[in-house]
Amino acid sequence: MIYHTNGPEASPEGWVARAASPDREPVISVRGLAKRYGDIQAVAGVDFEVFRGETFGFLGPNGAGKTTTINMLCTLATPTAGSATVAGYDVVRERDDVRRSIGLVFQDTTLDTYLSAERNLRFHAELYGVPRGVLEERMRKVLDIVGLWDRKDSKVLEYSGGMMRRLEIARGLLHFPRVLFLDEPTIGLDPQTRSHIWTYIEDLKQREDITIFLTTHYMDEAEHCDRIAIIDNGAIVALDTPEALKASIGKDRVQIQTPDHEAAIGALRSRFGLEAGIHEGEVTFSVESGEQFVPRLFAELGLPIEAVRVSRPTLDDVFMSYTGRTIRDAEAVNPLRAMAKLWRGRR
Amino acid sequence: MAVEATGTAVGAAGVRLERRTFTHEVRGAKIVFAREMIRWWQDRSRAVVSLLQPILFLFVLGTGLSSLVSVGTGGISFRTFIFPGVIAMSTMFTAMFSAASLVWDREFGFLREMLVAPVSRASILIGKAIGGATVATIPGMVLLVLAGTVGVPYDPLLFVSLVVELFLLSFVVTAVGLVVAGRTRQIQSFMAITQIFLMPMLFLSGALFPLSGLPAWLHVLTRVNPLTYAVDPMRRAVFAHLDVPTAVLKRFSPGVTWGSWTVPIPLELLLVLAMGLALLAVAIIEFRRAE
Repeated sequence: MIYHTNGPEASPEGWVARAASPDREPVISVRGLAKRYGDIQAVAGVDFEVFRGETFGFLGPNGAGKTTTINMLCTLATPTAGSATVAGYDVVRERDDVRRSIGLVFQDTTLDTYLSAERNLRFHAELYGVPRGVLEERMRKVLDIVGLWDRKDSKVLEYSGGMMRRLEIARGLLHFPRVLFLDEPTIGLDPQTRSHIWTYIEDLKQREDITIFLTTHYMDEAEHCDRIAIIDNGAIVALDTPEALKASIGKDRVQIQTPDHEAAIGALRSRFGLEAGIHEGEVTFSVESGEQFVPRLFAELGLPIEAVRVSRPTLDDVFMSYTGRTIRDAEAVNPLRAMAKLWRGRR
Repeated sequence: MAVEATGTAVGAAGVRLERRTFTHEVRGAKIVFAREMIRWWQDRSRAVVSLLQPILFLFVLGTGLSSLVSVGTGGISFRTFIFPGVIAMSTMFTAMFSAASLVWDREFGFLREMLVAPVSRASILIGKAIGGATVATIPGMVLLVLAGTVGVPYDPLLFVSLVVELFLLSFVVTAVGLVVAGRTRQIQSFMAITQIFLMPMLFLSGALFPLSGLPAWLHVLTRVNPLTYAVDPMRRAVFAHLDVPTAVLKRFSPGVTWGSWTVPIPLELLLVLAMGLALLAVAIIEFRRAE
């Protein structure tokens, strides 16, 4: 099922109604799922459903619990509380069935770089028990989807970072999974390659009946999702379509440069009744009809202003309005979690 | 579309994957084995280099030491004595290297690809162990070509029995390596730990000097060392094909004794196999436990 971001149905009410419609088939169901590592509550009880054919995104800063959630859904980590089913199978009690039904692309490459792309795929097919009779045709198809058919005999060592990621996506699709999990599919890639990867992901959505669950901390990438869950400190703080989430903010974001930020914040509060904060080095606040507000700002603030920027609500603003900070702030103040994650990643 | 309808997991295109059956597990172990072979074949330069060390031991150290021990060898060259030992030694080192591939796989992420597959950890490790043992047997086989240069006759039957014994030796060493690999995260620590195990096992296996006449506490260690039971049959096989006086035979190839009973070769080989399987089982349990 493909959603159009600017079609006639794209009203916020329309999105919510469709998302909640009972005749849609849930492929992932999660109830109160939680995971604790020692003293760190990595995931603090999340609930959500992902429907067939959907691209569902987990958006949040590094260390918010995205990868831990994915690991539990992929049977790589055992939940400390709650339950989840993927493709109808329980992630704890029916691990093998879950594993057969999902494709996985991790943050770090898991290819054998000394083997050719084709050998990597054959290895995967054998481990997953892909019927031999369909294998050749299937390899051709998945390599075609990611545009690597003519490079199948090259050693992976000779691939670029983007090609490796594409090959991993192809490998994740090889065994006809119902859900494809992509953990930060474009992390560590340059911007051009990132947008390339998205072209391939969108193309594969056209060609395969598949549900995609992905995590990202890039706001622009979350826009590719049909629905996103914003996750912060292990909890889901908002869940909807990107459009509905942005519409729920309703206000524009204004950022100003001043010689004295504290004075400006005080003046904004006393003269306009606006609560402002400092984000990314600029005084930032939200206001309705931001462009019309700018002349008033200059006339009435009574303080020098060096620069003004007005922007429409973005997912960043959504994140800010639900968590009180931008995603970059969240990553900056959370070194402990980032380290805990690094530590776990090594094992 | 051709479909092997043995399971219930229906994929996106309606194709059924094999359920977890014995056939599927064998398929998994086979591809892990095949990967070891492909990787070895692609890295022949390493294999060639690994042959240099035993040749050095045989002709340089063997020749040098023979001047020291020539008194009372009854006409047997020290190189002849050391020949099965050197083959065994090079096989041990290669086997340990084979097991190290598991640590490499972990460091480079490929292990994850295997561990998330719907196939049991046992199949993966069995594939690894047999693959590693096979790879480690090959350099030993190449060294057998040199038999004539150190006074060991070319006899097909002798070679067949030596190859079987080399494989069992490789298997038990690979299994030791897999147990260590299950607990180490970095190749450096793997190398350090295996050296600690491998060196005493090598010294107390009878590969480099006869085990008769050792003090009691060392004697006990030689009898619990799996490698003792792998090296001894090789030496006995070689000496059975030499024309030597009984006194010399007694001195250089006395066989492994429990009390006054000489352990027969088939039992020795069975012991090696059993210890290899037991170690492999430990490695599998370790891997099951690690999430």
